[in-house]
Amino acid sequence: MPPAARWKRHTEIINKFCHAKTDKGAFVNIYESLCAITGRDYVSREKEDTYIYSRDSGAEPPRPVDYVVMPGTVEEVQRILLFANEEAIPVTPLGGGFTLSALVVPQKGGIVLDMKRMDKIIEVNELSRYALIEAGVSQASLRAYLKKHHPRLQHSTPEAPPAVTVVGNALIQGHGHITPRYGLTSDMVNGMEVVLPTGEVCRLGSSAVTDSWYTRGPIPDLPGLFIGWFGTTGVVTKLSLKLYPRPQYREVIVFSSDDIDAIPEVIFELTQLDLLEDFFLITQEKPDWMNHIFYVVILSAHFEEELAMKIRIYSDVAKKIGNGKTIKVVENLHPALYKRFLDVPPQAAVAADFRKGGGFQYSAAILSFDKVPACWRKGIEIAHNHGMVASYVHQVLTCHSIMFGFNYSFNRADDKDIAAARQAIDESNRFILETEGMIWKGSSEAQKLIMKKMDPATAMLIEKIKKAMDPRGIMNPGNWEVPR
Amino acid sequence: MKYEDIIHRCFRCGFCKLTDDYEEFNCPPHKKYRLESFSPGGRMWLIRARIKGDVQISERYQQILYSCTLCANCVTHCIFPFKEDLVNIFTAARESLVEEGTLPPAVRDYLKSIQTYGNPYKEPSAKRGDWANGLSVPAYDGQEYLLYIGCVGSYDERARKIARSVALLLKTLNISFGILGAEEICDGNEVRALGETWLFEGLAQRNIEYFKTRNIKKIITLDPHAYNAFTLEYKTLGADLEVYHYTQILAEKTAALADRLKTDPLEVTYHDPCYLGRHNNLYDEPRKILAALPGVKFAEMVANRGNALCCGGGGGNFFSDILGGGKESPARIRVAQAKETGAGIISIACPQCAKMLEDAVKAEDLEDKLAVKDIAELVLSRLETK
Ligand SMILES: Cc1cc2nc3c(=O)[nH]c(=O)nc-3n(C[C@H](O)[C@H](O)[C@H](O)COP(=O)(O)OP(=O)(O)OC[C@H]3O[C@@H](n4cnc5c(N)ncnc54)[C@H](O)[C@@H]3O)c2cc1C
Repeated sequence: MPPAARWKRHTEIINKFCHAKTDKGAFVNIYESLCAITGRDYVSREKEDTYIYSRDSGAEPPRPVDYVVMPGTVEEVQRILLFANEEAIPVTPLGGGFTLSALVVPQKGGIVLDMKRMDKIIEVNELSRYALIEAGVSQASLRAYLKKHHPRLQHSTPEAPPAVTVVGNALIQGHGHITPRYGLTSDMVNGMEVVLPTGEVCRLGSSAVTDSWYTRGPIPDLPGLFIGWFGTTGVVTKLSLKLYPRPQYREVIVFSSDDIDAIPEVIFELTQLDLLEDFFLITQEKPDWMNHIFYVVILSAHFEEELAMKIRIYSDVAKKIGNGKTIKVVENLHPALYKRFLDVPPQAAVAADFRKGGGFQYSAAILSFDKVPACWRKGIEIAHNHGMVASYVHQVLTCHSIMFGFNYSFNRADDKDIAAARQAIDESNRFILETEGMIWKGSSEAQKLIMKKMDPATAMLIEKIKKAMDPRGIMNPGNWEVPR
Repeated sequence: MKYEDIIHRCFRCGFCKLTDDYEEFNCPPHKKYRLESFSPGGRMWLIRARIKGDVQISERYQQILYSCTLCANCVTHCIFPFKEDLVNIFTAARESLVEEGTLPPAVRDYLKSIQTYGNPYKEPSAKRGDWANGLSVPAYDGQEYLLYIGCVGSYDERARKIARSVALLLKTLNISFGILGAEEICDGNEVRALGETWLFEGLAQRNIEYFKTRNIKKIITLDPHAYNAFTLEYKTLGADLEVYHYTQILAEKTAALADRLKTDPLEVTYHDPCYLGRHNNLYDEPRKILAALPGVKFAEMVANRGNALCCGGGGGNFFSDILGGGKESPARIRVAQAKETGAGIISIACPQCAKMLEDAVKAEDLEDKLAVKDIAELVLSRLETK
């Protein structure tokens, strides 16, 4: 539909909604109103359903939810937001709900807008290498779809559980298996369709001007109004994501070292080559043979000779860094590790059973390379102080910074253990900020720490933007609030 | 409740609701309702919440527990070491509802019928063997095998046809078998699945004793549900039985019929019943039978074997229908998956799946494109009458 016709249609819905509200002031049955929009099957206020949506799998305390609504179309999202805006009901958008920092657990009750029914892969443009997807499309379904229909293309897939959404990952500036080569998932966004809290449906990127979704600019960069905002500015209903060539061959080469202070230099040298696909650092205190710094480099290639050459080059690099004394190539990699390193996605969630307790949370930070040694040591110290075994997986983000994770497993059946994990997360977050790091996907508490440290003029800008876009403050309220 | 020591270990990461390649959501109630509370992880967390007293027994809680088809997709795809216990945990949670006497009416009615009539159809036991009328199927009298039919095959009209086909085929193959007719007792698989362990154990003990007194050692079952009860559950209660599903017998014998089988082309797909496949790892035998049928081109569904979507009838839902119908019902989705293969026939090896899928074919308006046939019916239909 051309932009003008689309605008007309969406405006008609807004007008119709406004005219329908003749009984202003009268008691509004929220539940029935929501049912009238999506159908009864997709609205719940049952205690059992809201119980599940009032907590996530991390260590954050639960918070109450009043309604869960599962829209099936953009128009339903539009009508839900119009209604919520009219009645000043908080709305929290939810994809997979797996940030572990409870970003999808409302801070002020209201509606959880579960987007999983909007799960269509609308278009894959092979030539321009992008996929246009709805907000509920999971990582796994996009991956499987590409494998089946466009085997020469791939998207950047996080280590997260496969049912999480691609859109959720892009909106929190997440990172996937080709991030070291191509950047964060949010950098891969070509454009979006968004529903504003006041009901307007907008297209951002080239689709605002043309019928194609192949580029984000060159117009004002509006997707930035929705990326990193934790659902506080509107609901993304469609997203165009960049796809990348999928090389036929992949191999892993692993280096090990015990020299924490050498980490920045090693990362710099390994990324200086500009030939790797994925690159992460991993360690685990138990078993002993895992208690080293492992540099895991994934190489990929379109030709066997190309792969062999890359492997040779990287093996040679080890000999050059620190005169061959800093890192050494790990020979005879354990098959389980080999698989874990090459799997996309790996089954990283098994970390939740390290302590047979079903709990796992991590505080992550985007750090400059020079800050890694201090955080490495601090993370181990925090884990030990709380009686935990330290384990890390940190992914290098292109050749500029690193996503550093402070990981804590806990026992869900033990309140003290949950409190300890929460405390460990808080200590990590404070240390991240002290070390000039940037907390990633921070919980409400972490956001408060960030906002306190933020340049007041920037905080004011955030507030102004939120106010302009969401005048009644219905979108995921409690997030990115300026401290008074 | 049993398993209280492991239930908190569920991270709710959601591998359990997917297939191997994570392509499809494959947990029937979650696929239908889409709410996280209806996923295996949601159920685990709710069961724990109930134990802790955070949620109370309610209609919704019952619906969430009983809409689960116990299809074991979660067992197959969970990544944690306790995965083998997932179905047991869901069954134990149902047990605690039975103990407290707070059951959904459909479940209560089912259990009452079994207690009163010995079958869920409220039919007299005397009619249990009527399915075999006119077939001259011998009564069990020391033959090599007992052919055990079960409640569905004995009383349900559609399933009776399958029972007749199986019996006829066994006769054609000169297998030495007999049936119990009116003396057959419900195997109790669904009773256990619905959480009535006490009643199940009673039925199982009666069957075990009866089999002993009749010196029955080898059983062929029509229904994978009975197969499941006899192989997995009766064993723990002391039964010493050699149990086969009829497809295991046919798999060995169909080739012997080769020169009597029609050769005209026919495209067939196969739906793996959960109690044969995921619960008991019998994936190859039905496929072996199909491969032995000349002219039959086998078209595998994308979701097959451990990834097969349950028909929606498992875990007692065939009777209680708590999962319910509608466009998003697993049977209708499964039929659509079958249609994608281009095959004209969905073959099955379970009377409950047959009925579920046949209803779905009607609901999807595909009657002129897809027929549901039990493997025994299919083999019989390929036999040349001389
Ligand atoms: C074991 C494990 C490993 C992980 N590994 C990684 C990893 O390698 N890389 C990585 O990036 N992450 C990782 N994660 C974190 C997280 O699971 C992923 O980032 C995931 O992709 C987030 O997506 P989601 O669908 O769960 O988002 P959600 O949690 O549902 O949403 C995230 C935020 O976006 C908002 N939102 C969601 N949908 C919309 C919408 N349609 N419109 C507006 N706002 C919306 C929500 O309100 C919330 O604030 C991991 C998590 C676990 C448990």
